[in-house]
Parts: sequence; C-alpha cells; structure tokens
Amino acid sequence: MIDTRSPDSFEWRFVLVALGILALGVISIYSVSPSPLSKGQTPLYAKQLAWILIGLVAFLAAVAIDYHSLARHAYVLYGLTLILLVLVVVMGRSSRGAQRWFAVGPFAFQPSEVAKLVLVLVLSKYFADVQRAGWIQRVIVPGLITLPGLLLILKQPDLGTAMSFTFIFVSMVLVGGLHAKALGLGVLFTSMLFPFAWELIWTSLHDYQRDRILTFWDPMTDPAGKGYHALQSRIAIGSGGLLGKGLVEATQSRLKFLPEGHTDFIFAVFAEQWGFIGVFVLFLLFAALIFLASEIAGKAKDPLGLLLAAGILSMVGFCLMVNVGMTMGIFPIVGIPLPLMSYGGTTTVTSMAALGLLLNVKRRRLTLFY
Amino acid sequence: MSRFTTQHEDFRNLQRRLLYLRTGLLFCLLLLSARLWYLQVVKGPYYRELAEQNRVRTVDLKPARGLIFDRHGELLANNVPSFNLYLTVEDIRDREGLAAALEELIGLPRAETKKRLVQQAKSYVPILLKSGLTLREAALLEGRRLELTGLRVQAESQRNYVQGPLGSHLLGYVGEVSPEQQEEPDFAGLVQGSIVGKSGVEKTYDRMLRGKPGEKTIEVDARGNERKIVAVVEQTPGDDLYLSLNLRLQRLAESLLGAESGAIVALDPRNSDVLVMASSPAYDPNVLSRGLTPALWEQIASDTRHPLTNRALQGQYPPGSTFKIMVASAALESDKWSADTKVRCAGAFPSGKHMFKDWKKGGHGVMDLYHAIVQSCDVYFYNVGQRLGIDTIAETARLFGLGQPTGIDLPSERIGVVPSTEWKQRVRKEPWYVGETISASIGQGYITVTPLQMAVAIGAVSNGGTLHRPRLVRAVRERATGRLQEFPSVERGPVPLQEDTFHFLQDALREVVLHGTGGRARSRSISIAGKTGTAQTVAARVTQLSTDEEAIPKQFRDHAWFVAYAPAEEPQIAVAVLVENTGHGGTYAAPIAKALIEEYMKDSDVDDRHQIAGQL
Repeated sequence: MIDTRSPDSFEWRFVLVALGILALGVISIYSVSPSPLSKGQTPLYAKQLAWILIGLVAFLAAVAIDYHSLARHAYVLYGLTLILLVLVVVMGRSSRGAQRWFAVGPFAFQPSEVAKLVLVLVLSKYFADVQRAGWIQRVIVPGLITLPGLLLILKQPDLGTAMSFTFIFVSMVLVGGLHAKALGLGVLFTSMLFPFAWELIWTSLHDYQRDRILTFWDPMTDPAGKGYHALQSRIAIGSGGLLGKGLVEATQSRLKFLPEGHTDFIFAVFAEQWGFIGVFVLFLLFAALIFLASEIAGKAKDPLGLLLAAGILSMVGFCLMVNVGMTMGIFPIVGIPLPLMSYGGTTTVTSMAALGLLLNVKRRRLTLFY
Repeated sequence: MSRFTTQHEDFRNLQRRLLYLRTGLLFCLLLLSARLWYLQVVKGPYYRELAEQNRVRTVDLKPARGLIFDRHGELLANNVPSFNLYLTVEDIRDREGLAAALEELIGLPRAETKKRLVQQAKSYVPILLKSGLTLREAALLEGRRLELTGLRVQAESQRNYVQGPLGSHLLGYVGEVSPEQQEEPDFAGLVQGSIVGKSGVEKTYDRMLRGKPGEKTIEVDARGNERKIVAVVEQTPGDDLYLSLNLRLQRLAESLLGAESGAIVALDPRNSDVLVMASSPAYDPNVLSRGLTPALWEQIASDTRHPLTNRALQGQYPPGSTFKIMVASAALESDKWSADTKVRCAGAFPSGKHMFKDWKKGGHGVMDLYHAIVQSCDVYFYNVGQRLGIDTIAETARLFGLGQPTGIDLPSERIGVVPSTEWKQRVRKEPWYVGETISASIGQGYITVTPLQMAVAIGAVSNGGTLHRPRLVRAVRERATGRLQEFPSVERGPVPLQEDTFHFLQDALREVVLHGTGGRARSRSISIAGKTGTAQTVAARVTQLSTDEEAIPKQFRDHAWFVAYAPAEEPQIAVAVLVENTGHGGTYAAPIAKALIEEYMKDSDVDDRHQIAGQL
C-alpha cells in the first residue's frame, strides 16, 4: 500500500489523474458498447472495469517491489519476453494478417505490449551500469539489445509497437547521455541509411499498412475503402465542435460509422461526444501526468530510477501523441492504443503497472538517506 | 570525492536531458491542441454536415396506384404485394455462383441470368430480374443474402388486373417509365423506375392514378440498417377511376368474339358512355405489368394477329355497306337525288371498261332509296355515287365523324381515311378516277374507318344527330379529399342534317333488321335497327369469282360488319361489331349485336338505378 507514514499529496494527485483518465476511457467504451447485447455476452465496459481491477493489482505490486530488485532480473525478464514474442509469431492468433495475440482462456494476451515496458526496464538497467562509457557502449550495444525484440515485433507485423520500440530506444539513448558529437553523427548516419531502410521497411509492410500510410495524405482518394478509417475519424472529431454532441447524439460513434471506436479510435469517440472543451480537459489530465512523471524522474535518487521513469514517460507519451495524431489525421494510421483509455487487457494492465513503477521510483528516493 | 562529483555531474546531466523530453512532449500536446481547434472549431460545421450526411438517408415511398372500377363498382384493377428480385451488378462478387444459386433456388435458368448481367449498362442501377416471387422463394433467397452479394428481394406493390385479360386493351397495362416517355409532358419529372401506365386508361389517366410519392428520412448505421425514422412525408395514393364500362356486357362481348379477330364497341347514344370496348385477340395485362422479358416481348411483337392492337380504335377497315348510311344521307340532302329516285338493278353496273357487280347475282330489280338500304343494293348506290361525286360523299361522311378522331380518352387512336379528290391529289399525287367513286359509294376502296367511329356514327343516327365524344371515365374519386368528381359527357356538336333525313334513315335501318339483310339481328323482345356490311379485303378481289365462302382461305375472306341501335323508338345502346375474315355481315356480325343488345336491355332499368353516386 501507499506509505501512510509520509502523507504525500503528490502521490494522491498522481493516482487521481490516472484514475480520471481511466474513468473517461470507461465512459467512452460504455457509449460505444452495442445494446442490446446478444445472450451471454459481457458488455465491453464491464470487461474493461475488470481489467482495471487487475491493473490495480499490477499497479500495487509494481509500487511494492523495489525497482532495484526488479532491475537485477531485467535481462532474465527481457529474455522471457523475447521467447514470448517468438511464440506469438509461431503460434499466435492472427487478426488482419498479423499475429499479435495469445489466447489465454477467454482472454487475448498481447506480448508486444509487455515487451515495451520490459525494454524500458532493461535499457534503464544497462545505461545505469555503463555511465561514462564510449559511444559504442552507449549506442551500439543498447541497439543490439533492442534489435531482437524489434525484429520479432516487425515480423508479426505490428508497425505501431515497432515504432514505440524504436522511440523508446532513441529517447533512452538520448536521455542516457549521448554526447552532442555522437548525436550528430548518429543523425547523419541514420538519414544516410534511411532510403535503403525505407525500401526494406516499405516492401515488408502488409498491403493494408501501405494503404493506410498512402491514404493518410488524402483520405478522399478512397473515402469508402482504404481512406474510410481516417475520414470517419476526422468527421467524428470535427463534428464534435466546441461543446461536443453528448453521448446520445454522437452519431459517428453510436451508429458505428467510426470503426474500432472502443480501441484505437477511442479518442475520436471522446472528441465527438465532449467537443473541444472536453478534449482540452483530457489533455490537461495527460499534461499533468507527463508533468508529474517527469517530476518523479527528475527527483529520482539514482540514475536507474531516473532512467526508468524517463523511459516510462517516453513510452506513454509516444503512444499518446501517435494515437491522437492518427485520429486527427496528422499521422498515418498505425495500430497504437491510447494509454489508459483504449479497451484492452494487456495495454491497460501494462500501462497501470508502468505507473506503479513510476510511483515506486518516487517512494524509494527517500530511502537513500535513511 | 572527485568520483562523487563526476557522478553528481552526470546525474545533473541526466536531469537536464529529462527536461528536454518533458518539454518536447508538452509541446507536442500543444500542437495537437492546435490541430484539434482547427478540426472542431474552425472546420466544425463542415464535419458536422458530413456526419449528418452519413447518418441520414432518404427512401422513396411508392404510392399505391388508384383503383379502377366499372360503372357498377366492380373492381377491375387493384394492387397486390409482390416480392421482386433485384440485382445490382456492381455488388456481385461471384457471377457463376450467383447464377448457379438462382437456378437451384428459384429455377431461373443460368444462361438467362448471365445474359441479363451482360446487357446491363449502368452497373450501379439495380435491375429487376424476376418479379412475383413466391413467399417460399423470397425466404430462400433472403436466407442466403450474405453470401449472394448484389441480390435484393424487395416487397413492392404490384398492379393486378382482377379480371385477367378482360378489357385489357381499354385498361392498358403498367411498366417502368421509359426514356422516351419521360420526354412527354405528362410524364416529365418522374424518376427512373417509376411505374406508369403504358397504354389504355392506365396511360391516359396516369396523372390521376399514379398518386404522389412520399419520402422517408431515416437514420442508418454504418451498415445501412435503419435505426430510427427521422421524418416521413406520407405518399398519397392515386385517385380511383370509375369507368363507364359495363363489365358484364364486356365479358359477353369478348366471349361472342371468341377466337375470331375483331372488335365490338357499344355506346350509350344519349351520352356516348362506352359500355363495351372489346378487341380480339386480347392479352393478359398482368403478364405485361410484371416486367417484360425480351423473349416475351419478342413473342408478342411477332404475333401476326397483333394482340396488343386495340382494334376498336386502331383497326382501320373499309366500312363496306355500312357506309351506305352516309351515302344515303348525302343523297337525301342533295338536290341531285331524292328518296323516290328509282334505279333498276340488274346485278351489275358498267363504268368505263370495268363492270361493277352487285352482291346479289341477277340483281334486285327496281329499287328506291329506302329499299336499296334495306336490301343493301350495290347497283343503286353505284348510281347515287356516280351522280353525287366523291367530294359530296366525303363531306357528308365527315359530318358523321369519319376521318377524324372521336376524341376518346385513350391513347393512339387512328382516324381512318375519308378519300376525296383533294385527298388523293395530296396524298397519292394522282387525280381521282370515276371508278373509285363507284367503289367508295359502297364503302370500298380507299375509305377506312374504325369500329369506334362507326359506333359513334350510328349513335348519332339513332339520337337524331348529336355527336358525342365517347366517355370512358365517368368519375374520379380523389383519395386525398374523398371527393367524387364526375366527368360530364361532351357534345361535339350536331350532325347538320335535316330532321327528315334521320327519320328516313331510322325507318330504313329498322326495316333492315325486320325484312332486310340484317334479319339475324331480329329480336323477339327488343326492336333493333341496324345495317350490315361486308368489307372486302384487298386481296379478296382477286378471288371474288369463287362463290363458295368456305372454299376461300381464311385470310382472304371478307370482314363482317354490323352497326345497330336499340330500342328503335328510344335508343339506349348503339353497337358496332366487326369480325375479321369471316364473311357476310348479316351472317357473322348481326347475331353478335343482337345477343349483346338483348343482354343489355334485359336489365337496363337496373342499370339506371346503379348510378355511381348511389354506389358510394
């Protein structure tokens, strides 16, 4: 439990902000749940509530176990995650040409979501151990650590998670301390490599992924087909206006013009119903979360804590920006859920565990001087 | 100590870089807010309209066509629900599979389905593949709707002609409006696929029968399923028509014609109500209204007996001896001839090199006008014609309405030909020959009339010279108000002949039935007056030498005419009967007229009580 011996309102603020976002997510999921339900079906919002409860357990566990002891097992955890990723490619459940899930009883488990958090952990551990080393140790080695996971996720293929993975790596390398000279070289090198890499990435993409990227530029080229998601999402958000249409009048989401309204496009659902004012409040909550998380990172007692907190911040922040960006049509549509709001077991539990780790970092900083 | 300082410095470094990350993320959030402002506030109204367009569809509500009744309120045409099968070529994924499934489920030949699919030009317009599916067939198709894409079963209102082929020419039939029809002012502004009248009363009164389509605005979900009705503009059903037709008499008339080709028209000479309009052979308007397949259309179009032709007003025949009524009128009105003028008929009349024969070998002996009508003496009328000249005859014939439209409220009426010297010069670019006047005076040669024209003409004789426009629709009842609007009968004006002329004709025509060529129309109960006619077909002149009627091939036999009215003293019905290729009018047409008149007069007082107003 949260330590009551140090009555810190900071922790409560942090928890309240997170719970607020979670609650808005549940309301949005509720609003797009089909009614009436077919027999024996559990409504999605109820399932999501169950996931949040499980997430709370993960959250408390992540607060309780000292992150130093977690970090000691980081490489083992990463190894296990890689095995899971191999297994999902070999025997996972496929959906739209991608294999991302394991069926665990009635639930679908998505290892790549967990892999993101484990990557943050293993890179934090690595950078904390190799302070003041040369650029090979600061870039090449962590790159080699990241690569197997990245390749396995691309193999599924899960473009969105692969991008998260890359972003986590890049931001950890930057925070972990790359000299300006090395940074410049890195950027130059990457941009030289890009045309070749692009060719490779482009040809390895599935048709639907390519279509999504192409129609991103102009959804009207195929409004009923490949541009459908992007266009309907824009219509949903735009039609929300300043004040929103409310839960009942939000026709785009209620009448299912907007596909995937409970998962990847939940932001569009929210924006249609609550309008600019509502989304502004939501953005304030996310901004608060970013701010509080960076406070925790900045006040961590050791590099490991700081790096861990920074990694989690970049992981959550990246998902937030890309998800919202794609629903608003300033980013191609890739399958990235909105943290704490999108429906989904693995993403909810992982996100909450990540927040637990953040709080863990916050609480351990006091112990240094005990 | 120094190690600690470096470590400390490193840590400060980390903290500084962390700040960049935070600032970067918050900056991104700010950019997203700007984009959000653009989408929701700047472009909000635009996207709101797009959302409305997504949500709302309008569906046409087809109105039910007006009902059609006969003069006694007997139902002639109504509407029944029908399951129709539509295909949208654009949406079809598997043509082979679809054709195979249709053969299996509803027995539609595979080849025919594929042929229809190829013919379609606009792939997004649904085509009617089959109408009138049984409930079972509709259910079978609905059950496999998900796999058979492009296929749709729609319950629609289908025109139904309760009496089958009875009165088919007069009622007409319905079908989808054609591009040519859309050019006509009566059908302008109709959307493609609208059901309109194609012929008969259905076409003439389409404006009233068709009704006004409604519109239903519905909210649909992303799959196009109806979720909620937003607004409804109800359709207005078409107005009901009350015809002047007497269904019982019509049925009798059609059965009297039987398998022969021909036409019967019966009018009420007091107001020209059309009591009967029969044309044989007939067709089943139900079949035509359910969507014509090319094969069926081909079959109908190539039928040499032309079942679609309404012979009553589109069949143009030489009037034969019935035309003697007009020639006699011309003679009575002329100062060149009188009723007492006598001619000796020896059975032939020489004109130039040609010898014109009388129908009776050996001739009728000495005749006056009265007896010439009664006995239908050809030689007498040859003389009249020669004396009067074609132009006088033509002028009188026109007074009876020949050579002009009767103005009946049906489409495509033909007017026949009343030849004159001027006509021949204009149309044939040739001068008139005297011999042609001889033919014309017994209703042969260029002259042609329709049975309807003859019915109107004999009606005018019977009522002392009043020409009416035939009235087919007595009243219309507006569905919207329930108001019954009666159509008055319209007089075309009097036939400007002397009263004595009509009396003379009436006496002579009565005598025709009593003691003349129309003996087979003599009735024990009703006093019938009439005139026989035997119109030679063009080819018949070649085979005229043969005296044995039965030996002449059917298509060369004469057309039998009989025009009549009854009761002679106070006429209530005027009839024109034409039977193609049978023989003498007195033999084949007169008995039909008699049977019809007797049936009508059997309860003519009952008929009078059945006024529409009483019915409603």
